[in-house]
Amino acid sequence: MQLPVSRRAALSWGALGALAGAALWPLSAAHAQFRVEISGVGATQIPIAIGRFRDEARAPQPISEIVKADLVRSGLFKSLDASADKLDEVGRPPLSDWRTKGADALLAGSIAALADGRFDIRYHLWDVLKAQDLGGLSLVVPAGDLRQAAHRIADEVYEKLTGDKGVFATRIAYISKVGRQHTLVIADSDGEGAQAALTSGQPIISPAWSPDGRQLAYVSFESGKAVVVTQDVSTGRRRVVAGFKGTNSAPAWSPDGRQLAVTLSRDGGSQLYLISSEGEGLRRLTQSAAIDTEAAWSPDGASIYFVSDRGGGPQIYRVPSAGGNVQRVTFSGSYNISPAISPDGRYMAYISQVDNGAFRVHLMDLASGSVKALTDSRDDESPSFAPNSKQIIYASRSQGRGVLMTTSLDGRIKAKLSTPQAEVREPAWGPQSANPKR
Amino acid sequence: MTQARFTSRLFALTVLASTALWLGGCGSSVKLDDKASNGPAPIVNAAPSGSSGNSVPSSNVAPVVVAPSDNAGADTSLPRVIYFDFDSNVVKEEFRGTIDGHAKRLMAAKGKKIVIEGHTDERGGSEYNLALGQRRAEAVQKSLTLLGVSPDQIEAVSFGKERPAVQGSTEEAWAKNRRAEIKDR
Repeated sequence: MQLPVSRRAALSWGALGALAGAALWPLSAAHAQFRVEISGVGATQIPIAIGRFRDEARAPQPISEIVKADLVRSGLFKSLDASADKLDEVGRPPLSDWRTKGADALLAGSIAALADGRFDIRYHLWDVLKAQDLGGLSLVVPAGDLRQAAHRIADEVYEKLTGDKGVFATRIAYISKVGRQHTLVIADSDGEGAQAALTSGQPIISPAWSPDGRQLAYVSFESGKAVVVTQDVSTGRRRVVAGFKGTNSAPAWSPDGRQLAVTLSRDGGSQLYLISSEGEGLRRLTQSAAIDTEAAWSPDGASIYFVSDRGGGPQIYRVPSAGGNVQRVTFSGSYNISPAISPDGRYMAYISQVDNGAFRVHLMDLASGSVKALTDSRDDESPSFAPNSKQIIYASRSQGRGVLMTTSLDGRIKAKLSTPQAEVREPAWGPQSANPKR
Repeated sequence: MTQARFTSRLFALTVLASTALWLGGCGSSVKLDDKASNGPAPIVNAAPSGSSGNSVPSSNVAPVVVAPSDNAGADTSLPRVIYFDFDSNVVKEEFRGTIDGHAKRLMAAKGKKIVIEGHTDERGGSEYNLALGQRRAEAVQKSLTLLGVSPDQIEAVSFGKERPAVQGSTEEAWAKNRRAEIKDR
């Protein structure tokens, strides 16, 4: 992807990958870890010095490296290596030295292996400019949760220094395809720690997280046609929520998690219906002779945005979730699909085909209706907001291969998450504090 | 079709691999039935290795192609694929004979059931294409029911762009992928 920005950095993930592969890699080598590339620079980048945590080598995950990579990937930080200083959270670091070296903030910590096999991670954050202690935390976690602990530390640092909630400790779901094998994958927000939730010889599309992060709804073709299934992520228990005659697709959880909007062809055509998350109480929402599909709820649950070709080509419309008058939302472009509403309710991301035929992620400010393209790529699909409404994950193609990208809402900071050998698509960003662990 | 019946069918046909989950730091696994009764046969590479006494490891690879598990041609030699123009769900005149043939055999055997699968080319979103493919399948369904076939004998479904007949991003490949396939139950 060509971006109008000069900086281009590929992060080094060597140490990380080797360790992840050894202990925590349930997927085959074909699902090797994401390589993260960043293009673009934020208006201001906070220079932060991050020291190697004391005794970090005794833990099976390179904690400070994970924290560093998270912060750099957000595009809002630049990292200064403070490993030579042998810092930890206990001593007072030489802040004036670091001010001279250009750091605005400094992070240091330590790791201790406990007798019960768990690890105690402690860290401290300092504001170097104000010579101020910004506090710290101790996290006690089993080895399997060390990555999540590192993401949690990155979240704390991000929030303290930017004022916005971090989303590093969240998870993403996506579909990978290797040969004829389709896999529903769940990974950390950085693409690491990938785990297969479902593997099938038939296509899987449209994964959607339940608001509590415990379940995924998706469309599976394993029975020879499209059926909407929900799956409990931690137990693997599955349930067919919509398996009516014809095609069942496009699941979207209501914000309270009790209902799903789905697209069914049971009564002919493709129309929107509401059904309980248990698969009961079917209610038809739209009545048209056109295609109505791809429901997306507003965060207050009052409206459902959807795609319809009732006006000719596909455009995005809105209908009250209780039923009622349908209003058109998109007016520019002749092909607008795949709406996603930001969790703060302010924006709609969607895919619009532009004049040269390319499909690109667009962002509409819902209050003003103003629209801008966020990418200059050709084959974008499936935008999904981060729970802090600051980033969007989407599928695109790069050098003939499906890749996953993230972008900031101004389109200036992008990161590519890609697997070397798999075709990846259909990303869905999970909610905050999915499966709280501590 | 009842929900319960469908559920059991789904699980009977369900996926092949059972995969360990390591969520929340504790191991659990997805319970998956591994008898894929209707699925493709597992690929077994039976190529002998080292049995010939050759001291150099052979780099020869015997390609194994597993036939698709569809039932095309099960009881008729009628063509089973109908192609569509770009952005169209009109069943073209050239497929009139195919439609007539299937209508006749379905009316002659009222117990016979078919599935019509609609497909699209790769351009555009997966869900919108799923709806477009459904429209194609329903267009074929309608041309059959207009000739007198009972709607109860037909299920129209869509694979959208998920199962192309031909790989590639050329006009030629796209034309081969914009189709509806008639399959016997």
